[in-house]
Amino acid sequence: MVEPKVKIRSVRKCFGSVEVLKGISLDVPEGGVVCVVGPSGSGKSTLLRCVNRLETIDSGRIWVDGDLIGYAEQGDRIHHLRPAQLCRQRQDIGMVFQRFHLFPHRTALENVMEGPVVVKGVARGQARKRALELLDRVDLADRADHYPAQLSGGQQQRVAIARSLAMDPKLMLFDEPTSALDPELVQEVLAVMRDLAASGMTMMVVTHEMGFAREVGDNLIFIDGGVIVEQGHPRDVLANPRHERFRAFLGQVL
Amino acid sequence: MTKTPQTADVADLPIDAVRPPRPGRWIAAVVAAFALVWLAYTIIVNENLHWDVIAEYLMDGRVLGGLWVTIQLTVLSMVIGLALGILAAVMQLSGSPVLRGASALYTWFFRGTPLLVQLIFWFNIGLVFPSFGIGVPFDGPKLIEWQANELITPFTAALLGLAINEGAYMAEIVRAGIRSVDPGQREAAEALGMSHRQVLRRVVLPQAMRVIIPPTGNQFISMLKTTSMVSVIAGAELLTVSQRIYLGNFEVIAMLIVASIWYIVLTTIASVGQHFIEKRFERGHHALQVRVRRNLRPFSRGNA
Repeated sequence: MVEPKVKIRSVRKCFGSVEVLKGISLDVPEGGVVCVVGPSGSGKSTLLRCVNRLETIDSGRIWVDGDLIGYAEQGDRIHHLRPAQLCRQRQDIGMVFQRFHLFPHRTALENVMEGPVVVKGVARGQARKRALELLDRVDLADRADHYPAQLSGGQQQRVAIARSLAMDPKLMLFDEPTSALDPELVQEVLAVMRDLAASGMTMMVVTHEMGFAREVGDNLIFIDGGVIVEQGHPRDVLANPRHERFRAFLGQVL
Repeated sequence: MTKTPQTADVADLPIDAVRPPRPGRWIAAVVAAFALVWLAYTIIVNENLHWDVIAEYLMDGRVLGGLWVTIQLTVLSMVIGLALGILAAVMQLSGSPVLRGASALYTWFFRGTPLLVQLIFWFNIGLVFPSFGIGVPFDGPKLIEWQANELITPFTAALLGLAINEGAYMAEIVRAGIRSVDPGQREAAEALGMSHRQVLRRVVLPQAMRVIIPPTGNQFISMLKTTSMVSVIAGAELLTVSQRIYLGNFEVIAMLIVASIWYIVLTTIASVGQHFIEKRFERGHHALQVRVRRNLRPFSRGNA
């Protein structure tokens, strides 16, 4: 059996006394696109943030490409990774945020170059060439010298995707990438993500875009109250939702 | 009866409206202008001010020497103070309670005691610690040892006092700057795989600078004048040398004016510099910045 790209087992996470993830298990195969949906506060974003260790987990295990995230197992004890090892793991996992979080003091081009130059030590000339290619891929070659404040939300999000791709990630995490966008800008970002999925990238997408999930997703996960309530192929589960809570949720978002 | 213009005509009509009269403003302007002229007249004709003496001493070698010491003290204590401030601010925001406590103790103590007292204390540190050395701690053998009396000159005492005191204030300024940066920026940088140090240096500090620079400019300008406190330990800066000269020639007011003229020259130059540095760190924060940045090419490091 082929090892899945992302393997999540029995993950629990508490914020204070509130348990937001109550034992989540999930596989994402290589090249798979998993769409995670659920009401706000259901824990879907937290799950994504645990995968690249922006949040620690309280129990369970997460593996990406066979590497245990955040910890090392030595004998029968488990150790926290050292900060340098954690950075190494994060390099291979791209993340796109709801509110873009581009570096406002750098141009679009400099934003895309930042990771390779600073983290991987790639020569500036080479990083620049690759960054221009990536900006071209998200259709923003003509905006390379613009600062984030001069770009629309959709353009900023596409630069943010290019910035993540510049690190050549094995996995891309999307945390509600279109939720902060004006409706007419949503499609340009989804188009880039669609291309990315078609190119074989493994993706975990927290989204409210059911159309995108139906069209691009291989697996749809509905999380509510910190547990996976329903999952399956998007076309099947969207056509025949079995659980009452999922039906109620779909009734609100569709 | 005048014909009311149609909409099409109005589009071409320039607004050339008559402003309403503002008598209050005119009267206030006349009063202010009169007061200024009168003040200038009394100063110029006042024979007690000895303008010839002021002119004579403005470029005096001793005064210029004092001016140079003032500049050195200001720049060095601001540089050291900024470094101490960044260190204390980073400690304050760290996860370790010991580091946080040490930083809090530092700002608490040095903001809580008067600078004047600190300066006199540093000058007399030899009374507490007669010698300084490098060696085994807790009274172990020393490799090298200095006598406090040789090490602590008025200049080093002044630098210690000014820099350490400044660091306590800069710590608060830097901390406010770091906290002003959106936490999402840190997360985005961490998600790229940056280390803590890279996140701080490449992402957080450059953005914090926008908030840190204006108050730091004020601190710098303030420091130019604060150095005059060093005159209590004979720091050989501008005020000390002016005092030395008037103790000899009894031109108290003239020498104070000489010193004041130089202080104003220095603070004016610093204010202009502050303006340009602030522009430089506004990068990316408003739509105009591309043009601003082009105008400031000499200030920007070459971005390949």
